[in-house]
Amino acid sequence: MSAFKSKFQDNLPYELIANAAYIGTPGKGILAADESTGTIGKRLSSINVENVESNRRALRELLFTTPGALQYLSGVILFEETLYQSTADGKPFVEVLKEGGVLPGIKVDKGTVELAGTNGETTTQGLDGLGQRCQKYYEAGARFAKWRAVLKIGPNEPSQLAINENANGLARYAVICQENGLVPIVEPEILVDGPHDIEKCAEVTECVLAAVYKALNDHHVLLEGTLLKPNMVTPGSEAKKVAPEVIAEYTVRAMQRTVPAAVPAIVFLSGGQSEEEATLNLNAMNKLKTKKPWSLSFSFGRALQQSTLKAWAGKEENIPKAQAAFLARCKANSEATLGTYKGDATLTEGAAESLHVKDYKY
Amino acid sequence: MKVLCNAGKPFVEVLRAGGVLPGIKVDKGTVELAGTNGETTTQGLDGLAQRCQKYYEAGARFAKWRAVLKIGPNEPSQLAINENANGLARYAIICQENGLVPIVEPEILVDGPHDIEKCAEVTERVLAAVYKALNDHHVLLEGTLLKPNMVTPGSDSKKVAPEVIAEYTVRTLLRTVPAAVPAIVFLSGGQSEEEATLNLNAMNKLKGKKPWSLTFSFGRALQQSTLKAWAGKEENISKAQAALLTRCKANSEATLGTYKGNATLGEGAAESLHVKDYKY
Repeated sequence: MSAFKSKFQDNLPYELIANAAYIGTPGKGILAADESTGTIGKRLSSINVENVESNRRALRELLFTTPGALQYLSGVILFEETLYQSTADGKPFVEVLKEGGVLPGIKVDKGTVELAGTNGETTTQGLDGLGQRCQKYYEAGARFAKWRAVLKIGPNEPSQLAINENANGLARYAVICQENGLVPIVEPEILVDGPHDIEKCAEVTECVLAAVYKALNDHHVLLEGTLLKPNMVTPGSEAKKVAPEVIAEYTVRAMQRTVPAAVPAIVFLSGGQSEEEATLNLNAMNKLKTKKPWSLSFSFGRALQQSTLKAWAGKEENIPKAQAAFLARCKANSEATLGTYKGDATLTEGAAESLHVKDYKY
Repeated sequence: MKVLCNAGKPFVEVLRAGGVLPGIKVDKGTVELAGTNGETTTQGLDGLAQRCQKYYEAGARFAKWRAVLKIGPNEPSQLAINENANGLARYAIICQENGLVPIVEPEILVDGPHDIEKCAEVTERVLAAVYKALNDHHVLLEGTLLKPNMVTPGSDSKKVAPEVIAEYTVRTLLRTVPAAVPAIVFLSGGQSEEEATLNLNAMNKLKGKKPWSLTFSFGRALQQSTLKAWAGKEENISKAQAALLTRCKANSEATLGTYKGNATLGEGAAESLHVKDYKY
């Protein structure tokens, strides 16, 4: 592989490529269950559940042991605490996932910090000691990683500084992951907040993705062993909504213009979309007749868990109901990756609810 | 383009009647970059818009601009890459503003003792810079074409099979050329007519993702045996035309991956067309 030289393992590129390709298997996608302790606290408080380790563990166990759900997932992103947790019976979550044919992933960034001299723009930290942390995570069973860069649209945003800094951070993170056996999910999220239209979102998304792929090339990242987790191209949160078919067209066109075909899969984030919106948009993309040299799948957090959380409400007797809700969303999104979703997933309370929180911080 | 053929019919009309789009070379050759080891940039931006308008009126519908890079111990330098990528992007957007589809040609010369891995590494780096520049300059990728070198060993290095060239070339393009680009039209560099056809054919036989058509933009590799057969004599025209027809058909089949290697090898078809440090 001319653009990538692993310092210690000859077969490393092949493992990365195989794992990245597996994650992009049609009919499967990623559950983003990597909410940090603070973020999961907000979710738990919304259902009046205390933010203690046992509850965090119980929630994740509920999700990972839902009968029939794992077949629709190729990966689950975990927060560090969860990587080392087990079921109530003592079975490590990592094993539960692996037995279900699901690759464990790990969030490795350490949140955002503001860029001086900008209007609230940020960069993402987490590069210090990242190599060693990746090795540890690999030993614990992780096979892919995630790093979230955040940009916003405004009169003067995103600035060139924000774009360059975030793209560079993503590239450094990506090559360090690859050197240590983890497939990096590259996530340059452009927040949906704002009154801008879909054209503006498309313009910014194309500009950002071009910068990201230039940076990945500069840093010798092996594209075949990466995944992209972008925002869909949509109108801003304060602008008039458009049909899924329109979102699909703008989104796929932006990807065609910027994402090299060497990337095996694009796993969209759901941003503030409701569970149903996110599924319908993904479905529309997969129905579109046009060049799509990467699979188009999901890496959803809120859009996979919202109705599950509401159904659970922290009570053990609600587990079957909650698991049924989770299974329904997993299956719906699996169908969406194939373009066969008929919009008939049982709409439980919360499925059509917008999950947009202004200036969302994980 | 202003030359009329014997019967008085403008070449542009002959081409259009044949379903062929006329294109126009718009660059004005290369000039050396100070402080480099013989690296160059391409000139031709001055008044380019007006020239494009004129060419469009004359019937041209696409244009070509050749940027040249070379592989050496310290080459291509970041300066050469940036300057040539930027020039290509400025040329491309000016063309589009004036109705011409720009063929973007970042040729990395085959000269040198380097291996195919080195050529792949440099080609990836150059193409990544080119597409970043095109994006920066707001070029509409769906209305462009790419004319790159194939990924091959250097001219002073051991040859490899067409299948190897095909694999390295397509892999390089998958890593750098967005799917929005409709077609990639390879230059032949110093390859013989037959080599160029066999390599193109091997690419089109390759199984895997190829979201753009892979075809040819050949000069020497389409004309070599024709030129030799003609030798400037009117009585040789039929022979010369037969040679050209053969190469055209062979390359057409190569774009479909169906070339069987049976093209009548006219004198010169297997002859290397490599001229060291070739200047157009």
